[in-house]
Amino acid sequence: MLELKNITKVYNQGLITESCLFQDFSLTVKDGEFVSIVGSNGSGKTSMLNIICGSIPVEGGQVCIDGRDITRSADYKRYARIGRIFQNPAMGTCPDLTVLENLSLADNKGKPFGLSRAISKNRIDFFREQLASLQLGLEDKLHVKMGALSGGQRQAVALLMVTLSPLDFLILDEHTAALDPHTAEIIMQLTDRVVKEKKLTAMMVTHNLRYAVEYGSRILMMDRGHVVLDVGGEEKQNMKVDDILDIFTRISIECGN
Amino acid sequence: MSVFLDLLVSTLTQGLIYALLSYGIFITYKILDFPDLSVDGSFPLGAAVSAVLLVKGMNPYLTLVVAMLVGALAGLVTGVIHVRFKVRDLLAGIITMTALFSINLQIAGSNLAVDRSIDTIFTGKPVMALFGNLSLMHRKLVVALILAILFKIILDLFFKTKCGMLLRATGNNATVVTSLAVDQGRMKILGLVIANALVALCGAVVCHEQRSFSSTMGTGQMVFGLATVIIGTTLFRRMSFVKGTTCAVCGSIIYKICIQVAISLGLPANLLKLVTAVLFLVILILGNANRGKVKKHA
Repeated sequence: MLELKNITKVYNQGLITESCLFQDFSLTVKDGEFVSIVGSNGSGKTSMLNIICGSIPVEGGQVCIDGRDITRSADYKRYARIGRIFQNPAMGTCPDLTVLENLSLADNKGKPFGLSRAISKNRIDFFREQLASLQLGLEDKLHVKMGALSGGQRQAVALLMVTLSPLDFLILDEHTAALDPHTAEIIMQLTDRVVKEKKLTAMMVTHNLRYAVEYGSRILMMDRGHVVLDVGGEEKQNMKVDDILDIFTRISIECGN
Repeated sequence: MSVFLDLLVSTLTQGLIYALLSYGIFITYKILDFPDLSVDGSFPLGAAVSAVLLVKGMNPYLTLVVAMLVGALAGLVTGVIHVRFKVRDLLAGIITMTALFSINLQIAGSNLAVDRSIDTIFTGKPVMALFGNLSLMHRKLVVALILAILFKIILDLFFKTKCGMLLRATGNNATVVTSLAVDQGRMKILGLVIANALVALCGAVVCHEQRSFSSTMGTGQMVFGLATVIIGTTLFRRMSFVKGTTCAVCGSIIYKICIQVAISLGLPANLLKLVTAVLFLVILILGNANRGKVKKHA
């Protein structure tokens, strides 16, 4: 279970540009939930993910995983249980390392990075199999440098890397936003498959309302640091894109966006 | 003809010795993407430590090990200043370099000569037993070659280990390292430690070769190292199978040959650094020009 308790987040504290994003913000995500998060720019979606992952500090409140307070622990320690895919496909992989090297590193997550060989030959077939299941023709590109692949292919490999190691939480930060519609669809289906297969708890920020409605078990809409819509269960299953779009437009008009 | 051959041998020796420095710069500049200026301090540090220990009568080969350890410590200082105290990379290096200048003076004074009667790594027992029938000049070449190849193999093997690959990932995309639940700061420090150990080793070998230490011998070593790495990598850019360490060795040798040619053509020694700077600039400009062409064609 992931909990944000009474979070306060202030940007540029003490400066004339000071702006308070979250005040007393709380959210609980239960194990196995797949939460889609929508909201206009500046509503605090990505900031929330950054707070969970420890990429930015908070001015007040607590971040807890399974009741354990992790507010003060360093980002890299949190990633022991969290996997994250970024909007920018270049963020999730090393461009100068080959696909095989990237996968080998990810495969070793959670184990010590010592002086044994990084690439174990007996894992290559497994990697190839996994890449083939992505159906992007990546199985023949094990020895190609990551930087030579397309954005969609990189994002697919990043997704594969994240899921190679045991993890509990999957954080998706607009991970299909930079991809063409067709590739985005493929990545989205892959994501859904992975979440279901591994029984992950996932949080997905997206601007694609259709994805938000179609995928996931709960939908959150955020606006200026507040949750303005929180629907789960059966109600979520019956939701249509138009329902959300209505609320979305109404809020946008209210804020003058 | 024999004069020419002698010149070639000594230039080649220089190139191979300085390849050790190039390996160090290769790690910081190419792998970690860290402009490490502490090099100008850790190079003479290795020489100073080695010179003092030689004079005190320590086994010459052991002085290299001590020099490496002290160099590693210098790298650790730069790394900790940068990573833990969040000082910019360039400044962290400058702080260490400046501090080391005084420390080097404390260790060995402004100049220290190693007497002819003292054995160096080129005249020590194991080398004499194996290559005693060679002249000193050729022995230097052989020892330099062994050192350059030995450390090239060690580094090449290291980059294939989990730790080595993670180091490459750190410079390439630190976010990935964080995502792997590893502290990227520690990896940066590790890279600086290894690099400065190699640089100090190079300083020590140079000290053995010249039989002297001078407090100013570190000036410009960073630029030299950068130039060699960039020459090497620019030269082999289209051949991706050529390893970075190979690029560093070749760059170092080519650079030393260029300088030797310039001196042979009558260039005054005082202008050496100017030539270095110009040579470096020309390489950078040529490298950029070529890159532009490739992009246009692609």
